Amino acid sequence: MEYIYDMIIIGGGPAGYTAALYASRAGLDTLVVERMSAGGQMALTGDIDNYPGFDEGVDGFTLGMKMQQGAERFGARTKYAEVTGIDLVNKIKRVKTSSEELLAKTVVIATGANPRELGISNEQRLIGRGVHYCAHCDGRFYKDKTVVVVGGGNSAAADALYLSRLVKKVYLVHRRDTLKATKIYHEPLLQAENVEFVWNSVVEEFIADDRVVGVKVKNVVDEKLREIACDGVFISIGRMPVTSFLNNAVEIDKNGYIVADESTKTNIDGVYAVGDVRTKALRQVVTAVADGAVAVHYAEEYLAHFSD
Amino acid sequence: MSVLKVTQNNFHEVKNSEKTVLLDFYADWCGPCRMISPIVDEIAEEYPQYLVAKINVDDEPELAESFSVTTIPTLVVMKGGNVFSQSSGARPKEQILDMLEG
Repeated sequence: MEYIYDMIIIGGGPAGYTAALYASRAGLDTLVVERMSAGGQMALTGDIDNYPGFDEGVDGFTLGMKMQQGAERFGARTKYAEVTGIDLVNKIKRVKTSSEELLAKTVVIATGANPRELGISNEQRLIGRGVHYCAHCDGRFYKDKTVVVVGGGNSAAADALYLSRLVKKVYLVHRRDTLKATKIYHEPLLQAENVEFVWNSVVEEFIADDRVVGVKVKNVVDEKLREIACDGVFISIGRMPVTSFLNNAVEIDKNGYIVADESTKTNIDGVYAVGDVRTKALRQVVTAVADGAVAVHYAEEYLAHFSD
Repeated sequence: MSVLKVTQNNFHEVKNSEKTVLLDFYADWCGPCRMISPIVDEIAEEYPQYLVAKINVDDEPELAESFSVTTIPTLVVMKGGNVFSQSSGARPKEQILDMLEG
C-alpha cells in the first residue's frame, strides 16, 4: 500500500514551515515539498525589520533556514521537488511531482508568489541580458550606467531609490501620474537628482540586440511613443501567485489567488491555502506565519473526523 | 568532489578541464545565490564526473565581466573550454542537472 501522510505542505516559505511546525508538534506526519530551498520570497529579501523579536532586524535567508530547522526538530520532513499537478477529487489527495506521486489526508498550499512579468514578447529571452526583477541582486552591475525602473508601488520606489545611489541615471516609468508608494519614498525620490519620472507611461517594447539597449514607452494619455536608451530595466510591478499547477482543482479568483478567508479553508475539505497565495489584505511574513498555524488548527479538526 | 573556488589565478583549471564544468557566479549577500549554493554543493558531491566551481563576483569582477554576467546567480556550463549554456537566476536542482546533461 502506498504511504499516506497526514499533511503535505506545498512550498517552504514562512507560511509553509509554520504549518509544518504546528503540524509536526501536534504529532501529524508532515511533509513539506519545496521546489528549491527554504524561505520563499523572504529568502530573497535582505534585512527584515518588521518581523517581531529581532531588535536589529534579521536577514530573510537566515530566518527561512531557522523556520525549516524549527519544523524539522519536531519531525517534519522536506522533499525537494517541483509539484507539477494535484488531484483533490478523492478523500486521499494526490500531489504529483516530476518524479513521483505523493498521498496525503490534508494538503496545505503555500506556494507564494513570483515577480510579475511585463509580458512583452522578448522579455524571457532578455532575462539576465538587461531585464531584471531584483534591484538588490543585480543593481551593482549597473554602476555608472543608465537604468529604467518600471512600477510605482513601494518596491518600485525602493528599487529606484536604491539604484539612484549606484547608477548614473534612473528613469522611473509608471502608468499613473503619481506614485502609489507610501509617502516616505516620495521626498527622497524627488530630491534625487538622477531620477527622472516618466509618468502615465507603459513599456511597449524592449529595444535589444544581444541585450537591452533601450525601451519604447507609450504615454497612455496622449498615446505618444518615446524611446529611452538604457543599459538595464528593473521590473517591479507586483507579484503573481503560483497557482497554475493547480489547474483549477481549487477555487481561484480572477487574479490567480486561491479563494480562502482567514480560516485558510479552500472550497475543498481538507485543503488549505496559506500565505501570499491566498486572497488577503496584507501580505507580510507575520500574516503568512499566522496562516500556517490557523491551517493546522482546522486540519486537526478535520482529521479528528477523518475516515477513509 | 569538493567545489573549486575560482580566481583569475586558477581559472586555467576551468578552461582546460576535460570534465564538463558547472560555474556558479555568486555573491555572499545575494539571497537567490544563497538559495542555490547548497544545491550546487550537492551536485559537486553526487556527480564527480563534473567539475563544479564557484566564482565570487565581488572578488573577481573581471571574470564576471568576461562572461557578461549581470545577474546573480548566473550558472554557466562549459564543455571543452567553451560556454555550452548559460542561465540567469536561481534554478531547482533538476533544471541545473538538465543544463549539465543537455
